[in-house]
Amino acid sequence: MTDVRDRQKKIRNFSIIAHIDHGKSTLADRILEYTGALSSREMQAQVLDKMDLERERGITIKLQAVRLSYRADDGEEYLLNLIDTPGHVDFTYEVSRSMAACEGALLVVDAAQGIEAQTLANVYLALDNNLEVLPVINKIDLPSAEPDRVKQEIEDVIGLDASEAVHASAKAGIGIKEILEQVVTKVPAPNGDPDQPLKALIFDSHYDAYKGVIVYVRVVDGNIRAGKKIRFMATGAEFEVIEVGAFKPKMTIVDELSVGDVGFVVAGIKNVKDTRVGDTVTDAKRPAPEPLPGYRRINPMVYCGLYPIETQDYNDLRDALEKLELNDASLRYEPESSTALGFGFRCGFLGLLHMEIIQERIEREFNIPLITTAPSVIYKVTLTNGETMDIDNPSNYPESGKLDFVEEPYVKASIIVPNDFVGTIMELCQGKRGEFINMEYLDANRVTITYDMPLSEIVYDFFDQLKSRTKGYASFDYELSGYRKSSLVKMDIMLNSEQVDALSVIVHRDRAYHRGRLICEKMKELIPRQMFEVPVQASIGTKVIARETVKAMRKNVLAKCYGGDISRKRKLLEKQKEGKKRMKQVGSVEVPQEAFMAVLKIDED
Amino acid sequence: MNRLQAAPKALYIHIPFCTNKCHYCDFTSYVLRGQPVDQYLDALEEEMKRTVASLPPERIETVFVGGGTPTVLTPPQMERFLGAVFKHFPIASDAEVTMEANPGTTDLEKLKAMRSGGVNRISFGVQSFDNGLLERIGRIHNVDDVYASLDNARKAGFDNLSIDLMFGLPGQTVEHLSDSVDRAMALGLPHYSLYSLKVEENTLFHKLYERNELPLPPEEEEFNMFLLLMKKLKENGYRHYEISNFAKPGYESRHNSTYWRNEPYYGLGAGAHGYAQGIRHVNLKGVQPYIDANRERLPRLDVYDIPEAEAMEDFMMVGLRLLEGVRTSKFAEQFPGHSLEEQFGPIIEKLLGNKLLERLETDGDTVYRLTDQGVLLGNEVFGAFIAV
Repeated sequence: MTDVRDRQKKIRNFSIIAHIDHGKSTLADRILEYTGALSSREMQAQVLDKMDLERERGITIKLQAVRLSYRADDGEEYLLNLIDTPGHVDFTYEVSRSMAACEGALLVVDAAQGIEAQTLANVYLALDNNLEVLPVINKIDLPSAEPDRVKQEIEDVIGLDASEAVHASAKAGIGIKEILEQVVTKVPAPNGDPDQPLKALIFDSHYDAYKGVIVYVRVVDGNIRAGKKIRFMATGAEFEVIEVGAFKPKMTIVDELSVGDVGFVVAGIKNVKDTRVGDTVTDAKRPAPEPLPGYRRINPMVYCGLYPIETQDYNDLRDALEKLELNDASLRYEPESSTALGFGFRCGFLGLLHMEIIQERIEREFNIPLITTAPSVIYKVTLTNGETMDIDNPSNYPESGKLDFVEEPYVKASIIVPNDFVGTIMELCQGKRGEFINMEYLDANRVTITYDMPLSEIVYDFFDQLKSRTKGYASFDYELSGYRKSSLVKMDIMLNSEQVDALSVIVHRDRAYHRGRLICEKMKELIPRQMFEVPVQASIGTKVIARETVKAMRKNVLAKCYGGDISRKRKLLEKQKEGKKRMKQVGSVEVPQEAFMAVLKIDED
Repeated sequence: MNRLQAAPKALYIHIPFCTNKCHYCDFTSYVLRGQPVDQYLDALEEEMKRTVASLPPERIETVFVGGGTPTVLTPPQMERFLGAVFKHFPIASDAEVTMEANPGTTDLEKLKAMRSGGVNRISFGVQSFDNGLLERIGRIHNVDDVYASLDNARKAGFDNLSIDLMFGLPGQTVEHLSDSVDRAMALGLPHYSLYSLKVEENTLFHKLYERNELPLPPEEEEFNMFLLLMKKLKENGYRHYEISNFAKPGYESRHNSTYWRNEPYYGLGAGAHGYAQGIRHVNLKGVQPYIDANRERLPRLDVYDIPEAEAMEDFMMVGLRLLEGVRTSKFAEQFPGHSLEEQFGPIIEKLLGNKLLERLETDGDTVYRLTDQGVLLGNEVFGAFIAV
């Protein structure tokens, strides 16, 4: 047992917190390179971000964890586990769980740009989880670098001592060793008792076609090895462990995962839904009395319809969703149909980014052009006959005569901003039907403002507004706070006098007129001229509340055929046709893909 | 042998020189000054020799010399050039031989050289009868030059004359255009081409357009211009026989009809396009590269096979530009073993339903042609046949 305890003292678990573009992935790559986990020849730039989409957007969606060994200046060999985290409010819960698997975090701040809003929320998550936060000033080699100003900012804004912050350039490989030394000397070794019953935190999982679900865990107490019977405490599911291992960064089987270790468990698990992030793995024969704190069951908050533009892609779309679901326990979907769009799926997501990611992956990885309908939340409807129903699709909204009352989901929204923006934020939240709850000064400059707000308003365009009104300086988090009665109506959109079910939205009665007008205006802008005039109308019940007209196309014909140059003409027509492929024929009208999301893209001001 | 395999009966030759570059022009054309025109004509003759050797023509029924501005050639150059054309190609005695000309580059002496060299039709790039507008689009001639050139052409013995006019020009109004058309009609020529401006990339107009400094007439105004043109030409007894072309009966451009019927044509000169035996080519565009290449080979920039399916689409795309429409018998003739309906049935049905196309039965043949609405929205029709 002393071996295990000695080993435990040499383990350091840490993650990296950074704003997009501040160099998290590059730094991770350098650390891997420096510790010899990968030779630079083997390095494909930015190893940790596996998906193309992540690399392109510069964000991490799927967590990764890597085990590294590092010989420190004290002559000792240390075992470092670097746990990568996603960086968006949709995935706050995942981030908090991966941080719970660490004792320390590197806070990477761009030496020229300083702290950005997104970083703050994650720093606070780290501090909430009692992590030792080590500031790193990155991109120190930029001519515009101002390390002293940035350090001061870290001290003022976050209240962290930045005097020993490492000056680094991940790109140029500067400061990597210093960072690793600080990890070794400042991040505490894991607590935990190897003799206690097994307690391991699940912080992620992925599906492997051969091995089934691979669960990512951090062992807190006890140990885990092949042959052991384990139980997931929240779901109650039990499995026999087939193998355990670590990511080095390739998956490598080891004998056991002990206290403080980060690694993976393979146990013939067929369904990712059995392995919930935040759940505790324990020994089925000698279970821990209590699970680890912090588990939350996460449910989709936002729903939308996904439809193939080409009807024959329906089966491919189902296959794509099945495959994505294997790796994504929070994605839900079920078949639905729309008069306007044909057959598709109603899908549930954690939030808007999650929705966009899934949509993009389907289009890109599976090559299925999609139409996405405007996102909706779940409304609880009580009918006059006492019956209740959950509505996640506006076209299923009952007619007003049968309706007794409707409740909509509210969230507790916490917004952290520099105090200059307090007025702006309050104005925004009030405009979104928010109710003020609380305001708290974090320090002289920063404030946490808490509002109770309808989730539908957040789904609508809250993020964009927040970003633009605070120049990106607000960080934002929300959690469901419950359902409340609201005065809501269903607004329908008619194109050429035909109602388009996929464009219906549920809105607050007081806003219906205003929003109806904006939607009609936006539609007019987005729908290209057709061969006939197309009226665009918004209505509540049978009452038309707004109207615009897309004028008919009058002339579209090419001039001459220069000296027999057919290819020029052909190219032009091909381009015209290419544009039409992104359109959906709805009744007699060709509607572009974006129009179905238009409700979201309107500027209220 | 089907018609695509036969030797072309049409010949296009490109003279890529102009006295200056117009603001809307993106054709292969170079400002004349300092250009090796004689060497270019030498090279053209080389290309003629190699062309007839590789695909011997039986009989050339139409010749079109375009540009650029072919009339920038001096009378001796003109004589020499036309001599070469008639020497290397078997030009039929009743062939239509057209040359493009710009008012201001055609004095009587030159026109006489053209006439005696075998040219029997001239297409003048008049563009407008408004001096201010002519200047704004970068033309070097003025309205007086137009009248002088036409007079000289008649004096030199030409009666088959055509002029080009443009509409949709920056700053142009329906009134401007109406005036230009009246003046054009007063000339009583047998043929008119009326083109709407298209802003092409790599032109001065495109740059201005990108900077929002090109005051193009609004769509509605351009639409009204087109309606006005059609009305006036019809009133004056001209038949609208192709989207942009109007003629007195019997004076339709035979050469251009070759393109519209998707029939083969020889294409010679820098940047020229040709289509023969199912293969399209485009020649090198630079004057010097063109001259150099001709020392040893045909001066091709690109040569590509047109798959049968694409050729069928082309047949529809260009054929429907003719207001007489496409004949199913001609389709079957060009594509043995295929029928037009079998190939494009659903597309045609849709266009018939949209009233952009109409079907006629004549002489035991089925004809599809644009409706009045189809003429206005031609791209919607042509585009429908293109597979992407």
